[in-house]
Amino acid sequence: MKRLSTFNIVSLTLGFAFLYIPMIILIVYSFNESKLVTVWAGFSTKWYGEVIRNEAFLDAAWVTVRVAFFSATIATILGTMAAYAMMRRGAFVGRTLFSGMIYAPLVMPEVITGLSLLLLFIAIGLDRGIVTIILAHTTFAMCYVSVVVSSRLVSFDESLEEAALDLGCTPFQAFTSVTLPIIAPAVIAGWLLAFTLSLDDLVIASFTAGPSATTLPIKIFSSVRLGVSPEINALSTIIIGIVTVGVLAASVISKKQISRAARDAAMAERDD
Amino acid sequence: MLRAFTAIPYAWLVVLFLVPFAIVAKISLSDYAISIPPYTPTLDLAAGWEGVRAFFSELDFENFVFLTEDELYWKAYLSSLQIAILSTFLTLCVGFPIAYGMARAPEEWRPALMMLVILPFWTSFLIRVYAWIGILANEGFLNQFLMWIGVISEPLQMLNTNTAVYIGIVYTYLPFMILPVYASLERMDPSLLEAAEDLGCSRMSAFWHVTWPLARPGVIAGCFLVFIPAVGEFVIPSLLGGSGTLMIGKVLWEEFFNNRDWPVASAVAIILLLILIVPIVLFQRHEAKEREAGR
Amino acid sequence: MVDDKAFHPWDDPTATPLIRIEHISKRFGDFTAIDDISLGIYPKEFFALLGPSGCGKTTLMRMLAGFETPSEGRITIDGADMAGVPPNKRAVNMMFQSYALFPHLSVWDNIAFGLKRDRLDKDRVAARVDEMLKLTQLGKLARRKPHQLSGGQRQRVALARAMAKAPKLLLLDEPLGALDKKLRQETQFELMDIQEKTGTTFVIVTHDQEEAMTVASRVAVMNHGELIQVDTPGRIYEAPSSIYVADFIGDVNLIEGRVGAVGELAELNWAEGRSLKGQAGPSLEPGQAATLAIRPEKIAISREEPEAGNRVKGRIVDIGYLGNLSTYHVKLDEGPMIKCEVGNRSRLARRDFTWEDEVWLSWTDTAGLVLSS
Repeated sequence: MKRLSTFNIVSLTLGFAFLYIPMIILIVYSFNESKLVTVWAGFSTKWYGEVIRNEAFLDAAWVTVRVAFFSATIATILGTMAAYAMMRRGAFVGRTLFSGMIYAPLVMPEVITGLSLLLLFIAIGLDRGIVTIILAHTTFAMCYVSVVVSSRLVSFDESLEEAALDLGCTPFQAFTSVTLPIIAPAVIAGWLLAFTLSLDDLVIASFTAGPSATTLPIKIFSSVRLGVSPEINALSTIIIGIVTVGVLAASVISKKQISRAARDAAMAERDD
Repeated sequence: MLRAFTAIPYAWLVVLFLVPFAIVAKISLSDYAISIPPYTPTLDLAAGWEGVRAFFSELDFENFVFLTEDELYWKAYLSSLQIAILSTFLTLCVGFPIAYGMARAPEEWRPALMMLVILPFWTSFLIRVYAWIGILANEGFLNQFLMWIGVISEPLQMLNTNTAVYIGIVYTYLPFMILPVYASLERMDPSLLEAAEDLGCSRMSAFWHVTWPLARPGVIAGCFLVFIPAVGEFVIPSLLGGSGTLMIGKVLWEEFFNNRDWPVASAVAIILLLILIVPIVLFQRHEAKEREAGR
Repeated sequence: MVDDKAFHPWDDPTATPLIRIEHISKRFGDFTAIDDISLGIYPKEFFALLGPSGCGKTTLMRMLAGFETPSEGRITIDGADMAGVPPNKRAVNMMFQSYALFPHLSVWDNIAFGLKRDRLDKDRVAARVDEMLKLTQLGKLARRKPHQLSGGQRQRVALARAMAKAPKLLLLDEPLGALDKKLRQETQFELMDIQEKTGTTFVIVTHDQEEAMTVASRVAVMNHGELIQVDTPGRIYEAPSSIYVADFIGDVNLIEGRVGAVGELAELNWAEGRSLKGQAGPSLEPGQAATLAIRPEKIAISREEPEAGNRVKGRIVDIGYLGNLSTYHVKLDEGPMIKCEVGNRSRLARRDFTWEDEVWLSWTDTAGLVLSS
């Protein structure tokens, strides 16, 4: 089929309208002068000023970013190790339990993960704060990382590692000098996913955060419960903007790399 | 090296996944008490073997019995399942035509369309749910719009109803449905439809006999991906739902944070997990089968 | 054919093999990949392991490289027992079937990779890499990444990388499998050239019998994890020790019968009161079932009954014109189908035979070989 049928055009238009109109309204009304969010009273950026001056938001944002950075980094290391071990090792004692534990957090309701971790922290007497959120986020994010990295390792040519061994590398050198650079895009994608999941998480953070550390989603949630506010609209718009720029930049970079690789390959074949 | 690569994440998951779970299971068998921590018995290791025995003798299934007796709980489970099933179906109805349109779109559009589907997925879940509050509220955009075109004269109560919860779930989980369905439709060779029509199928029957069976693995995967998290959903019912919206994630949260009844909250969690094990196992089997077939 | 008198260490009782493979077996679960193989490979040899896929040739090579450990038996390289020596500690390098070029490194860095592991100083690494680039004529491509190379160029980088550490033994796993036919033939000669220049011992694994015959000083034919015959290409072709080898290497006609008298020549009774002669293969007993193997190009075709000792009569059922030669499929009166190849020396000279013609086929007594079935 060369051209889109009317049905397809209609379903795509309605579908994307459904996906995007709520966010567009949110963004547009973040520039609303009025305190009443549903009545347009002229253009203003004053709510952005309010957000930037709101210390509680800034503190929470700083906590959130630190939590996301550390948990994404630890999760990436652990998740990559787990994916590599699962891929390269044959049978070992406890393999089924291991793969089950890697898979389970992906489908576990967040309320259960949060509850169980909170009960653990209380049982071992660990004070709730940034550290406990990082531990909790690392645990569920590492499973996502390991899924992303495994899917790259499936298509990894094992003879590259054998070649490195053959040329004098120890298994660890082969991993760091050959495997890791090649799977780096997947590892970075895993990190980004872990980072976003951590930024985004409300439920698990609510269970594991203490009075000393509040993350941005917790802050947003508690004020949203009281209803819509233009300040939250402005804050949401900032977050949406950052994410959009990030995602678009990542996709442009990877697309450029793919097309450059394709062009190089095409040129190389003419040399023969 | 592989040993270390196994041992470190393994140990992490045992301590921060398996042990917490055992604790939840244990507390679900304990009794509520006004103390810190708010349950009894606590394990008294100093008392040695006697302490351990006393500890185990006090564990019982009282909380689970309580869950079956109080109709709030089993109603909440049933209503969670019902909301999850219906919203999964609605997500499929909305998502399938989009995925189908994307798969039939010119090849050079597809990466951009993919991007448009993935982008909301990366954006904060909480913000996407929040966006609907302003739309569905009594003085919200949807009511304003409907009154403006004259369909209604009084604002409809939409926010804080189950309808709002359905809309919220469909909206936030839509990418999880579109992506697998699109993946299976996109793999399909368009000449198959031409062959079906050549062999005497009408457009409609070609869809039912060729497109639908080939899309089914994606549809099944998408339904699991929406259904499983929707059952335990907390944010959507608590922001968009009303006091009449019963969902188990919300009940668990309230039991824990408002009533501070940890034993009952733990029992609620255990039963929720038992309910979810069936779809999770089915989903995993389905995925394994697909991987097998993909080879 | 590398059949010159200069290089025959395997016939010299005083020569010591570089590699000794002693009673090696390898089992994966119930499956026996290698079944009690013993073999010696001499310094400077170009040795080919030839066989169909699944015959165990790749497993044997991977045991030499150290990627598999033998279930039984012993491998020594230059006198040193290889048991427990990991691949990175062996003076053996391998050129992988997929080439396994590191995609994130340039040609130069790929070749330098192994040298850097040895902690050589920078100047020596650079000198050695340049030497390798010159040997494989890759000088201009040193800065490119693997995906910017053609198939043939990649193959040369893989070779240069494996040769850079000057291994005692170079293993080549189907090194030309990914190239098209014309490039493959050119590259075969390049490989032989480089092997001769550097004096390295090469062991090549291939399923392509032409390739093995072209490049190797000796060929080991393998099947089902066993060595069937180890010999020079010339002897493998002219004096196969079994029907399997005769059939696997090149085209052959097989005529079944029973052994008559056996001497230097053996007699094969194959149809009512008729017999053919051929050189006697190993361990033939009069009366046993045997097969005469005769190569198509050794058969002459004529209209009149020829004088030659071995002659049979039949009818042409198929003719193939291949340019440099023509093949005739002749159905014998006694039943078997025989293929015969005739060179087309003068243009269209032999084309006077046509379908359904009655013809005689003949060959000399030493052209065929009688092998036990």
